[in-house]
Amino acid sequence: MARTPRQVGEEVWKTRVEKVNAELVTLTYGSVVAQLCKDFGNDYIQVNEQLDKMGYNIGIRLIEDFLARTNTSRCRTFKDTAEIISKVGFKIFLNITPTVGNWSQDNKQFSLIFDENPLADFVELPDDGKAVNELWYSNILCGVLRGALEMVQTQVEAQFINDVLRGHETTEMRVTLIRILEDEMPVGDD
Amino acid sequence: MSFYLAIIGTKDNAVYDLEFGTYRQGGDGKPKFSADMKQLCPFIVHSSLDIVEEMQWNTNVMHLKVIDKFYNYLISSYMTAGNIKFLLLHETRADDVIRQFFVDLYDLYVKTLMSPFYSVDQPITSAVFDQRVKMLAKKYL
Repeated sequence: MARTPRQVGEEVWKTRVEKVNAELVTLTYGSVVAQLCKDFGNDYIQVNEQLDKMGYNIGIRLIEDFLARTNTSRCRTFKDTAEIISKVGFKIFLNITPTVGNWSQDNKQFSLIFDENPLADFVELPDDGKAVNELWYSNILCGVLRGALEMVQTQVEAQFINDVLRGHETTEMRVTLIRILEDEMPVGDD
Repeated sequence: MSFYLAIIGTKDNAVYDLEFGTYRQGGDGKPKFSADMKQLCPFIVHSSLDIVEEMQWNTNVMHLKVIDKFYNYLISSYMTAGNIKFLLLHETRADDVIRQFFVDLYDLYVKTLMSPFYSVDQPITSAVFDQRVKMLAKKYL
């Protein structure tokens, strides 16, 4: 019985997910970002990269958890991928459903628009003039998507283009399909 | 009727301060301290810090009410769970209203504390906080 991604997401969230206190997640993530900023001496570009790397490491493991919980079949198009990410993926891990929008002409790019971001509750970026222009606070999410999709043979690039913490109207992440990865033979294996 | 609000940190350092006037009875919200008083406000408020620390052990509630007097000015105080002191310099007694003001201010302060980039005792420079405190002042005082 084929169900819409939205229904799959809701059902898995209600039944197969252990819940944890949201403030614990918010405060933990906040202290990770704050500590990174201190450790890199407020070099926010570096901090963004580190968050992306951390996210990548999370993503490559998270995809297994996701597939185990939801038993989703292979997506046929990139559009399907986008729907599953927003309605099922984000739903079961963060209980949010960002909207998918702004598809490019060739259907290889889309935006995820977050109208709530639990990682950034009560956060105010430091007042030093640099953070508000350079730091993408939730950049770990970009790494997570990149890592998770790479494990299912989809190479993407994900980056934030808007963030309410920076004063923009919405928080928006742009996801671009680079290529579908084919299984390759290891080098020197003949 | 004018007010002077000061938030003092755990190391007796200044975290935030604000001068404002009453919005009641047609007041326009601008403080009307004389030039001398303007300079004296921080001094008066800080000199009552010792009294706050003494009084805090006498009660188990956070609102310490009026703890000091300076000529015709009263100083009310509220001590948070984290040992942060809110001090308000005012002219007329209004314990209940001031208590409600302090409670809402505490709520705002906790929200500021929640930000990972803000550490305890750091001065609060956010314009958003400033704006919200002014709205609270308008609402209660």
